[in-house]
Amino acid sequence: MVCEMETDQQMEEMDVEVLSSMWPEDVGGTEPDNQFNVEKPAGDSDTLKEVDIAEKRTMADLKRLPDLLNTTDQGSTQLTNLVKQWEYMQDHAVRLLREELKILTKQREEAEAKELKIIEEHNFETEEPENVRVLDESSDLFRRFKEKKRDKLVGRKRIEIDEEFDTVAYWKQKALTFEKMLEASTERERRLIEKLNESLKTMESHSAPVEELTQNLKRAEGFLHFILQNAPIVMGHQDKDLRYLFIYNKFPTLREHDILGKTDVEIFHGGGVKESEDFKREVLEKGKASKREITFETDLFGSKTFLIYVEPVYNKAREKIGINYMGMEVTDQVRKREKMAKLREDNAVRKAMESELTKTIHITEETMRAKQMLATMSHEIRSPLSGVVGMAEILSTTKLDKEQRQLLNVMISSGDLVLQLINDILDLSKVESGVMKLEATKFRPREVVKHVLQTAAASLKKELTLEGNIADEVPILVVGDVLRIRQILTNLISNAIKFTHQGKVGIKLKVIPEPSFASDNTHKADAEEQNGLAETSVWICCDVYDTGIGIPENALPCLFKKYMQASADHARKYGGTGLGLAICKQLVELMGGQLTVTSQVNLGSTFTFILPYKVAASNDHSDDQDEFSDMVDHQPEPDDSTEGYFQFKPLLGSIYSNGGPVMGNNFLPHKAMLPSPVKLINGNTGQSESVQVENGGYMDDTRLETGSGHCPESAHQYENGNGRCPSKESESCSSSQASSEMESEFTVSSPREDVQTETEVKETSKQPKILLVEDNKINIMVAKSMMKQLGYTFDIANNGVEAITAINSSSYDLVLMDVCMPVLDGLKATRLIRSYEESGNWDAAVEAGVDIKVLENKQMSVRSTNRLPIIAMTANTLSESSEECYANGMDSFISKPVTLQKLKQCLQQYLH
Amino acid sequence: MLGLGVDRLQADINRLLTSLFHQGVLDEQFLQLQQLQDETSPTFVYDVINIYFDESEKLLRSLRLLLMDREFSDYKKIGLHLNQLVGSSSSIGARRVRTVCVAFRSASELNNRPGCLRGLEVVEHEYHYLKNMMHELFQLEQQRLLAAGVRYPM
Repeated sequence: MVCEMETDQQMEEMDVEVLSSMWPEDVGGTEPDNQFNVEKPAGDSDTLKEVDIAEKRTMADLKRLPDLLNTTDQGSTQLTNLVKQWEYMQDHAVRLLREELKILTKQREEAEAKELKIIEEHNFETEEPENVRVLDESSDLFRRFKEKKRDKLVGRKRIEIDEEFDTVAYWKQKALTFEKMLEASTERERRLIEKLNESLKTMESHSAPVEELTQNLKRAEGFLHFILQNAPIVMGHQDKDLRYLFIYNKFPTLREHDILGKTDVEIFHGGGVKESEDFKREVLEKGKASKREITFETDLFGSKTFLIYVEPVYNKAREKIGINYMGMEVTDQVRKREKMAKLREDNAVRKAMESELTKTIHITEETMRAKQMLATMSHEIRSPLSGVVGMAEILSTTKLDKEQRQLLNVMISSGDLVLQLINDILDLSKVESGVMKLEATKFRPREVVKHVLQTAAASLKKELTLEGNIADEVPILVVGDVLRIRQILTNLISNAIKFTHQGKVGIKLKVIPEPSFASDNTHKADAEEQNGLAETSVWICCDVYDTGIGIPENALPCLFKKYMQASADHARKYGGTGLGLAICKQLVELMGGQLTVTSQVNLGSTFTFILPYKVAASNDHSDDQDEFSDMVDHQPEPDDSTEGYFQFKPLLGSIYSNGGPVMGNNFLPHKAMLPSPVKLINGNTGQSESVQVENGGYMDDTRLETGSGHCPESAHQYENGNGRCPSKESESCSSSQASSEMESEFTVSSPREDVQTETEVKETSKQPKILLVEDNKINIMVAKSMMKQLGYTFDIANNGVEAITAINSSSYDLVLMDVCMPVLDGLKATRLIRSYEESGNWDAAVEAGVDIKVLENKQMSVRSTNRLPIIAMTANTLSESSEECYANGMDSFISKPVTLQKLKQCLQQYLH
Repeated sequence: MLGLGVDRLQADINRLLTSLFHQGVLDEQFLQLQQLQDETSPTFVYDVINIYFDESEKLLRSLRLLLMDREFSDYKKIGLHLNQLVGSSSSIGARRVRTVCVAFRSASELNNRPGCLRGLEVVEHEYHYLKNMMHELFQLEQQRLLAAGVRYPM
């Protein structure tokens, strides 16, 4: 019975006592392997250390733990819990036992009742045995019970009776046997009850659950060891002075006695120790458990991050007696986390940058669009305005009275001003949008200075001395964008003249060492000196000085801003668009230089710009003298190229023939006198009514496009200023001089006369052969008519293939080539022609698919030795396209639509 | 018809021209054209403009056919046509036609069909406007020539 009960109890314990079932039972078995129990003698020092510590740790455990358990809340709760568990278990066992007892009692009662019945029966039987049958029939259940009972309690014990059946002796004997059995049964039951009671008593009196508890504790410990075996965890308990009382460390590097009784600070040195100490103290003070990550940087174990959990420990009187401390090494996790954070941060930054970029792109696009819009608008304004100015100029050539003429002059000059403003805006937007490309051309700085001064002097209306001073070391030939440099110089000079009423205005050129800002701007400089070597570049400083009204200090910062003038007063008094200096500055910076200004009120200003130039190639240098002597042959003024000083004294009625108008708000009479008059609507032939009018107002465009820049050679010649290439400026200037002198009675030289003289001249010499390659009927027609007026004839080819065929079969002096054509475009055709000139055969052309048979007819061996001038005609006037033309071997280009002016200039340049 | 309106006609012509310039329908290239007209070719402008109209009419018709075709995809051909049109327009100084043609051309370069259709419409509009204006101009011119040709015995 006891045995049975115990199994039951165990079973019940498993079911009910959830907590204890958590502890694996077999953990205890692994204990011998556990490091805590290692007791083997140490082979080497390492094991020894470990063992030592383990033992000592155990010692500490044994010594301190009970203390702790007894003195701290945590300890007592644990014990209480264990006791409670045990009590619960015992209660349960008692309950079970009681139940069992109840059942047994019931059974006994039943048995007794049955006994009684049986006795009664038997008594009755004795008296009336005939009734046995009835009883036998009805006592089936009883018998079964009896048998069962007998099975269980007595076994199959037969009652054996010696007497003869159904005699008195028999019944007596039987009754006696039954009585004995009953007695034995009663006795057994009494013993059982006794035993039961005894058992109950022992159960209840089993007051000390030490064994049970010890087992539980062992299991808990075993489990803990099992779990903590390899965990990178340090646990400890420190008293309220933060001295270690207990420490568990899986990977100890210090001996136990090095740690116990000491504080962190006493044990380690290095980063994080103080922090952890402070943290522990804080927890101790606040009395609230908390966690923190602390990175240690100690000599002992290097750089490691620990997640530390610290909780205060109270004694039963709720006084703090120390802290429990648990640390887990999370260096890897922290590192990973930091990496993640960094990645996330990077990601965010990248995203932010992306959106920022998108925004910037958007803004830039908007700005570009706005600028484009401004440019387009300016352009759109320019065309009708040129219509107005043009018509006004046409009007000025008609008969007008004085007052009308005055009004008209005002009208024209205002129109000119607006045109100038718009041109400036276009220039500026070109620079800003990066469309403006610089072109590298050889030029002579001395000549540029001289020309600028001459030009200024020509339109000078004040008593000013203009001077130019060029230092000897300034190279004779340099490479740069002469057009832009001229533009800057002209602008600065005209500015200087505008604000100077007496004294002098001048330009000073000198070579300077590479300035400091240049190194930052190398890329710009690179852009300028495209293929130049660094050592061949030279920095030239150009001062434009005057003795004018000067600029007040406070106005200097906004001087280079768009639409700004020194003051509103000045704007009223001197006019101007306020764009000039902004353009200058932008141009200078575009070329990789710097524009600065110094000024003193009433004493004058000096604008200084520093620019890098490439010194013309070395062979040019060595040949310089030759070239120079060559020049002598051609030039009436050889001194120009080396002369370092020019002066233009204020002579009224200037005699300088080689100058042009200064752009600005000056009245520009020359506009009305452009050298290419035109009959607006041609009258009936020979009728007196035909009115000759000027081709007014379109001069700027043509000058801009043909002046140079696009065609370096012409620019060069233009700079030379000799008669070979009569510049328009000289013409317009002379006419401007003329106009000031005989304004009212001027006569327009008939273009027809010009042309005729030219034609005559040409006819005396050999009539040049020209080939026009053009597919557009209208263009051919117009060109034909122009050529006729200029006195030339030409052949026509409709596309590149026809052009090549024509060139192959006949020799030409000049080819005008449309760029955009069907079949074979102008660029390709030019390339093929150039390749023919170089190789003497048309292989390249054949390769390109041009008909061979036609080309086999080679008779141009003479021609192939010379370079055939090919001039492109292109609708695209942007600089890029000109580069493309040059790159494909073209000599120059005319932008479409072709005008008489452009054509004339071009033909003059190439047919002499 | 009595030869008295010459000045008035000339003024009308000038006014018309000025307004065409002002509107940007014409540009300086047209003056070039006029400049090219002389005794040897007294009807040069008229001839050129007429040829221009003939050619352009053909081109526009071809463009319309090309664009109306549903399965059309030959933007290159359109580009070629437009190049022609741009070239000749700029040669006679038909500025606005030229400008809209350039826009049309950039639409065709982008294979932008709706843009092309719109471009074609605008070009046709500008073209017809130019044609009307030129027609008026030449009529005035003719009248002026007639008027100028009148001679009275002194």
